Amino acid sequence: MTKLAMPKIDRKLISRKAEVTANLKKIVKAENVLDHPDQTRPFETDALSAYKQKPLVVVFPENTKEVSEILSYCNKARIKVVPRGAGTGLSGGSLPLEDSILLCLGKFNKIINIDYKNRCVVAQPGVTNLSITQAVQDKGFYYAPDPSSQIACSIGGNVAENSGGVHSLKYGTTTNNLLGVEVVFMDGTISKIGGKTYDSQGYDLLGLITGSEGLLCVITEVTVKILKKPQTAKAALIGFPTIEDGGRCVSEIIASGIIPSGMEMMDKALIHATDNFVKAGYPRDAESMLIVELDGTETEVEELIERVSRISKKNKSSSIKISKNEKQRLKFWAGRKAAFPACGDMAPDYYCMDGTIPRGKLAQVLKEIGRLSKKYNLPVANAFHAGDGNLHPLIMYDANQKNSLEKTEKFGADILKYCVKVGGVLTGEHGVGVEKRELMCEMFNNNDIQQQIKIKKALDGSSLLNPGKVYPILRKCAEEGRVHVHRGKTKFPDIPRF
Amino acid sequence: MSIEEKQNFPTFQDSNSIEYPQTEGEVSAFIKKFYKSNIPIELFGSGSKKKIGKPLQCAKSLSLSKLNGIVEYLPEELYIKVKAGTPIKIIEEELKKNKQQLAFEPIDFGYLLNEKSDYGTAGGQVSCNISGPRRFKVGSVRDHVLGFRGVNGKGEIIKSGGVVVKNVTGYDLSKLMCGSYGTLVALTEINFKVLPAPEETKTLIIHNQKVESALYYLEKSVSSSNDISGAIFLPTEPRVPGCVMNIQKTFELNDLKHDGSITAARIEGSKNSIDQRIESLINELQIENLNISVLGTHQSEIFWNKVKSLEIFSRSKNSIIRVAIPPSEAANLIYQLSNKFKYYLDWGGALAWLEAFELSEEMFESIRRKAVKLGGYVTMIKNSQYLPYVEDVFTINRDLFSISQNIKKSFDPKRILNPGKMYTGI
Repeated sequence: MTKLAMPKIDRKLISRKAEVTANLKKIVKAENVLDHPDQTRPFETDALSAYKQKPLVVVFPENTKEVSEILSYCNKARIKVVPRGAGTGLSGGSLPLEDSILLCLGKFNKIINIDYKNRCVVAQPGVTNLSITQAVQDKGFYYAPDPSSQIACSIGGNVAENSGGVHSLKYGTTTNNLLGVEVVFMDGTISKIGGKTYDSQGYDLLGLITGSEGLLCVITEVTVKILKKPQTAKAALIGFPTIEDGGRCVSEIIASGIIPSGMEMMDKALIHATDNFVKAGYPRDAESMLIVELDGTETEVEELIERVSRISKKNKSSSIKISKNEKQRLKFWAGRKAAFPACGDMAPDYYCMDGTIPRGKLAQVLKEIGRLSKKYNLPVANAFHAGDGNLHPLIMYDANQKNSLEKTEKFGADILKYCVKVGGVLTGEHGVGVEKRELMCEMFNNNDIQQQIKIKKALDGSSLLNPGKVYPILRKCAEEGRVHVHRGKTKFPDIPRF
Repeated sequence: MSIEEKQNFPTFQDSNSIEYPQTEGEVSAFIKKFYKSNIPIELFGSGSKKKIGKPLQCAKSLSLSKLNGIVEYLPEELYIKVKAGTPIKIIEEELKKNKQQLAFEPIDFGYLLNEKSDYGTAGGQVSCNISGPRRFKVGSVRDHVLGFRGVNGKGEIIKSGGVVVKNVTGYDLSKLMCGSYGTLVALTEINFKVLPAPEETKTLIIHNQKVESALYYLEKSVSSSNDISGAIFLPTEPRVPGCVMNIQKTFELNDLKHDGSITAARIEGSKNSIDQRIESLINELQIENLNISVLGTHQSEIFWNKVKSLEIFSRSKNSIIRVAIPPSEAANLIYQLSNKFKYYLDWGGALAWLEAFELSEEMFESIRRKAVKLGGYVTMIKNSQYLPYVEDVFTINRDLFSISQNIKKSFDPKRILNPGKMYTGI
């Protein structure tokens, strides 16, 4: 495990654990407070399992009032609080601290109201992303953002991380699909922000809170927009003889005025890995492959598929396959969705990176990743949300070899720095968390970071809510760990990740 | 005079001087100077929407209109980076060359507030965050700002976001800029997300509807899978003496086959696709036997331009109020309007524009109370001779006031940027 700098530990508080536990039991039912090390161990990590730390106490409030009372107590007693939804985050955003309580929203698991007239769903934050769609799909509606962990990740966590998914280019990320929240601030104040209207007056606190990684408030209720399902969707599987051809094709599709609902790219290493894994019928001779999904009316989709095929041929595509039915469309996606476990088959361990780059820089960035791969002598496979520029290089290594983890981390940090250098950003959808904290100064200068910290202080004066996340502690750009997967065992191996 | 006194003293003015910084560095230098000498300043772009918000009388004014020009435009990357004072018109013309657009449909407040077309600047659109008819489909201005640079109330240059759509690196301060009316930061550069402009547009018009049936059609249209990008109800009733809103006069188009109230749904896309969707919408709404018209691309463009330019109010001397509500509550709001109000509905019923004749403060506050009760909010867009000043132009969520004050302080500790423009004390 990599050593991670965290805020100064309050030893005095740890010695008062029994008192803290007793006080929490006055607020919530006794069985909702877990304090024995055997009980807190399962909570020691989120999906960034390279880092582990048991919290002082785990607490499961059952309603907003309890959350408010817990926060108000912790604020007065100066106790750090780490909020957690489903704990599927990949950047260590809900990693506990030794002297913190872990506030789990798992009991907030009900859909409160389905409002078709206003096309929205009001849900408690612990409801999973997918169950929102499941609740409205009989009427032909769905919730658009679909992070790959959608069977397990919670909607509150989605708001905290501003989760994306493969359809972000056309349908936006969480922030574009959110109408309102109920939150509790660190001093215990309960506030409703937004609601069922579009936009709101005053500062856009909804926009500020979305993606704030649990540093500003605890989310206790969420209102999201639902959309009517498009009449039809089709996918094209397109192979290219070089990465450059594939990259150029992506840019040309967008430049021609087509906004695909999903556009994914994989390199040769990943085409082989995933095709071996799920037999998706991918073009194994291709150097790069695109999955382009188009949705809309029947005529529209036919037209667009035709145009995409033409652009692909112009860019020297070596093969084009169009999905004939829904089953085949899903089969095309199956390989892509199995990208992570497939990599687990190729090497004992892998690290997943998450940078976003301008689409046109893809070939340049992949070339640099190839160069770094040789330099560090570590193989890498690349998955790319080509539609929105979100790149997920998967670095393969063997943690049992001496210094290999450190080497991998350095490789990963070099990739992210290069993403920033070409005009991109450090993280597209996994969040900063503890993972990319020290890399923030690659993107922001001191003024930028201080402004953000001032906002944090404006809402949480004593910095008790999820401290040690997002902003650099070491105040230098040290390299830290990435998603650590040992022998193909992610923390939640059954959750697809892509 | 202390800064607190200056902020609260309506007639205080050191001089009439307006500064016109040409670079971000100059903006920073000016604000640093004003910060040091405790001078509150009025910030604006070209001033096209200056009348929205509470009137200010600051010692100094800072116009950002000379920070002008497109910095970078990459059509295939779907973004344009502009200096904050760049006129929206210039941006839209540039985008048009590549068949692209600002999908949030910047509103032209010029007709309403200054009697001639004036979209104002990029910074102005961001600061006001008021979006056109496509709002319910593509989002608001705030959904199309990918990043920005600007100067905070201490004169420090700050930035947030980037040029890519998927970005969760740090807090999303771009959202906070939208609708902040220049009270947090003097914007210097903005990165907008751009999208392909539709090849063609058609508009399905249903004539002579009452509000109840209009709302039914709006809801059905917006909830259908036909990808509606505009849904509006323009009633000819009620007739209010003193109000100028005249549907027939404003929307005189050859293909409008009948008189009377209009429910309109816009469909955009490729030709074949929109034909199919119009047909499917007519079937779903079961309106084959009603009076309907279908506008082609040319007339649709005229129609929706008039809508987003608020041309319907262009000659009005009355108070103009904007009310956002959950669409299911639109009828409730309309039923409660007295006979001094004319209205129309945009955003599929989620937005009501009101023209009020002889508006009194009591009438305005009563509308606000009703809207808030229905889960919405009210903005006074234009004052009239009957009510030249209102204390609360915007609707405030009292629960969030102290948090908003703290956020203001974190950007602008001495409250020198547009103090009181949004709310007293912010």
